Amino acid sequence: MVSKSLKARNSLLSSTKRQLEILSNGIFSEGGLPKFDSNLVAYELNAPRPLKLEILQVNVGYMCNQVCAHCHVDAGPDRKEMMSRETMELCLDVLKKTKVKTIDLTGGAPEMHPDFLWFVTQIRLTDVEEIIVRSNLTIIMANKKYHNLPHFFKQNKVHIISSLPFYKKNKTDSQRGDGVFNQSITALKLLNSVGYGKSNSNLHLDLVYNPSGAFLPANEKILEKEFKKALKIDFNIDFNQLFAITNLPISRFLDYLIASENYEDYMSSLVEAFNPKAVANLMCTNTLSVSWDGLLYDCDFNQMLGLKVASPISHLRNFNLGLLQERKICISQHCYGCTAGSGSSCQGTVV
Amino acid sequence: MKRNYYKSDDLKKFKNITDWNPDLGEKFFEYYNSVFKEGTLSTREKSLIALAVSHVVQCPYCIEAYTRDGLQKGIEKSEMMEAVHVGAAIRSGASLVHGVQMMNVYDKLSM
Repeated sequence: MVSKSLKARNSLLSSTKRQLEILSNGIFSEGGLPKFDSNLVAYELNAPRPLKLEILQVNVGYMCNQVCAHCHVDAGPDRKEMMSRETMELCLDVLKKTKVKTIDLTGGAPEMHPDFLWFVTQIRLTDVEEIIVRSNLTIIMANKKYHNLPHFFKQNKVHIISSLPFYKKNKTDSQRGDGVFNQSITALKLLNSVGYGKSNSNLHLDLVYNPSGAFLPANEKILEKEFKKALKIDFNIDFNQLFAITNLPISRFLDYLIASENYEDYMSSLVEAFNPKAVANLMCTNTLSVSWDGLLYDCDFNQMLGLKVASPISHLRNFNLGLLQERKICISQHCYGCTAGSGSSCQGTVV
Repeated sequence: MKRNYYKSDDLKKFKNITDWNPDLGEKFFEYYNSVFKEGTLSTREKSLIALAVSHVVQCPYCIEAYTRDGLQKGIEKSEMMEAVHVGAAIRSGASLVHGVQMMNVYDKLSM
């Protein structure tokens, strides 16, 4: 089990340039698998273009209490990148200026940010309809200062989206670390106890499933049924929806794929599972991703690969939605992860 | 050059059997895909049956395909191994039950 980020280990793969080189060469060089852009041409599909901006996904920093083996952020306790309050205020300005419906807070563990409570409270004062917090669950149990988070989330009508790779201990702990499953179950019970995930409540608690290995997720609805049944019978836990998310070949998951000699087969299975119908619904078409330092990206994955928006507007401080909407979305071979099978996004499947 | 009768990449070429007989090939895949749809049995149960049968018929392509399928469906390794034992038990039982035939013949021919 990894205990440090790639960055702290000085791994070659902590370089985004190196990751992009791997994704554009090897199996994707001449005569191998088609590159994502040529595949779109082969299927006579237009490259994804920005549609109406609906979601602002804000990554408040890469610090996390966990070091998950598959993390595309390379997050961990050793990551110190953190959004300043000034940049948070710029995010609030964007929310006030635009008609963004949803703000999606992610990390790292966003709750570890010292201004997290302030930021959520300020967002609630804007017209944003939905505040999503991507919580890893264990953070709620990690320290006494976080124990009140379920009540805080409830007060601010936060929509919780939490990772739980599997409804059994062994697969969850193998991906996310020893003890993670039991702590996650305790946190889910706490969230249930304040009303989250209950059928008669408007407090939404969704779970995220992602495969614990070099394979693609199965049908989201069937997995949801199994998760619901198992968590109810074993722990009396309720939740709303399950999102099945495909692991993208970025950062620590890319490192795992290469080290386990699964990289080429995994990329082949993503390409083989290419679903042209998923292209129209890619999340990069209605989302903008903001990094801790205020830079703008088409999605969180592009952020982790350092692929900034292809626009003269690349930072929150000179935000101009009109100009941003004219940009081309940056694509590379990792995009196959979002178009495989039923497609994949931060809200689960897209087809 | 190393030659093998089985090549793992051939699994990806399975669909090519339709090239030489589209009518029968397409009928087969249509049937195959229908069989594995959610029905009275869940897709999970069908995947475990397929895994057990894959071992009984000793098909390396099928073993790879249904181990992968099982992982995707969240089937645990303990469940997979139990399924393999079910297949193995039926296979060995099918051999052993013929022991009755041996006993019958033996008794009939012996004084």
